[in-house]
Amino acid sequence: MKVLVTVKRVVDYNVNVRVLSDNTGVDLNNVKMSINPFDEIAIEEAVRLKEAGKVEEVVVVSVGASNCQEQIRTALALGADRGILVESDAEMQPLAIAKCLKAVVDNEAPGLVITGKQAIDGDNSQTGQMLAALAGLGQATFASEVELGDDTVTVTREVDGGLETIAVKLPAIITTDLRLNEPRYASLPNIMKAKKKPIDITTPADLGVDVAPRITTLKVTPPAERQAGVIVESVEELFDKLKNEAKVIS
Amino acid sequence: MSNLVIADHNNTAISASTLVAIAAAKAIGGDIDLLVAGAGCAAAGEAAGKIDGVSKVLVADNEVYGHQLAENLAELVVEVAGSYSHIVSSTSTSGKNFMPRVAALLDVAQISDISGVVSEDTFERPIYAGNAIATVQSSDATKVITVRGTAFDPVAAEGGSASVENIDTVKDAGVSTWEKEEIVKLDRPELTAASIIVSGGRGMQNGENFKLLESVADKLGAAMGASRAAVDAGFVPNDMQVGQTGKIVAPDLYIAVGISGAIQHLAGMKDSKVIVAINKDEDAPIFQVADYGLVADLFKAVPELDGLL
Repeated sequence: MKVLVTVKRVVDYNVNVRVLSDNTGVDLNNVKMSINPFDEIAIEEAVRLKEAGKVEEVVVVSVGASNCQEQIRTALALGADRGILVESDAEMQPLAIAKCLKAVVDNEAPGLVITGKQAIDGDNSQTGQMLAALAGLGQATFASEVELGDDTVTVTREVDGGLETIAVKLPAIITTDLRLNEPRYASLPNIMKAKKKPIDITTPADLGVDVAPRITTLKVTPPAERQAGVIVESVEELFDKLKNEAKVIS
Repeated sequence: MSNLVIADHNNTAISASTLVAIAAAKAIGGDIDLLVAGAGCAAAGEAAGKIDGVSKVLVADNEVYGHQLAENLAELVVEVAGSYSHIVSSTSTSGKNFMPRVAALLDVAQISDISGVVSEDTFERPIYAGNAIATVQSSDATKVITVRGTAFDPVAAEGGSASVENIDTVKDAGVSTWEKEEIVKLDRPELTAASIIVSGGRGMQNGENFKLLESVADKLGAAMGASRAAVDAGFVPNDMQVGQTGKIVAPDLYIAVGISGAIQHLAGMKDSKVIVAINKDEDAPIFQVADYGLVADLFKAVPELDGLL
């Protein structure tokens, strides 16, 4: 079986994001870019399936500008076999990305697609589900455990209030949640080897996909600042303030 | 304009987050119809009819909609969507699961997790873990929207008198089956609905020590939460996680114990009305958002607070 894994190039998890003073967006100048953390979990899951002998090939795909090759290269160092970049300098919104991925799925015919549950830039949590709908496939979102069978995949999902287990017919789309696995680090020999792995480059136009944005961002502003309050000296003082000043406990 | 709100429910009652989604639909304007899809959900349909501001309740009661499987639910919503200008749900794990499918099938964008309504086509939503608020305008004829559970005051669950209609559309994609669930039975309120939350972080050192917080939570009638660090360290299960990748909460009182206040945690709780931080590190970022900060060893302070309650 072939597994397709998606990666998005996003601002690194540890960067403190700042809004530009002209309110057109956030400051991305000289900011460290990385693979979206949930996509790292997706890569790890696919590579583990390969190591377990259940999967023959792991293909990693990204949709975005030319520099997304860096993230594809990282995924190759983590164990993916080859890469595909759907290259575009345009702003790519989830529906457009899902349409590009649908075209890649049509070409590659994977048995399983694994995506992150959300990207930490737009926080949309849409692409995997949209891809599943466009491809007419079943989905298992927010996965914390994946058991791959011959015709179905059984997935434990993180839902409000606990866990839920569903079985989905293959091919299927899985989106990863935090507890699915702990991604590995790329070793130096594997980073060197990844440089020789192939990356195919295509474009939305080659795939016949209209990527025109449907949503316009009018402005981006910082969130309302919360003022720091007071430091209390003792537990008694805290209790007194909560009871008599804030009146939130009785 | 007309809104179709898809209800979250447990077959008997409509969730609090749906009352918030209805409040957002009110802010958008126009009629509000509510779709209740489930298996054996007649009671929820009846409860839905009493919600303030709802014109009509549509009940799709069929086995195929049990457990809200995304494929079946999305096809049903697309069938019902008809001429509605806005299709709205809460940003629950169910809404997040099926709504993007609805949007893709309708070939429209989804506007996820809105925190404000500017006009019928313009909305505010947090991005970058709440470090920025984007004002976005949709050019699609149909707007598919999920609503942040803390962003609007919920409408009243009683006082309305909507008509209740059954619809017999059966959509079974036949690609997924529900097997089982492990829903944690809580003696405490649910995290996203609680008016008080007591949360622990890495400073708790292990899962056993969360018992200290449980005792305080029991006395306050509070829900229990945790930071991602505490979940990652295996102290507590993931459904307790508050933050960008967990639950977004805004209780009247949020007590953060042994939580440093990473950006991703603050993103999930900084809309709380009153925030208390107990941490031994006086430089912890949590103190910058706390109304009341106590620099102290939590293993002394928490039992002391417990004693006072």
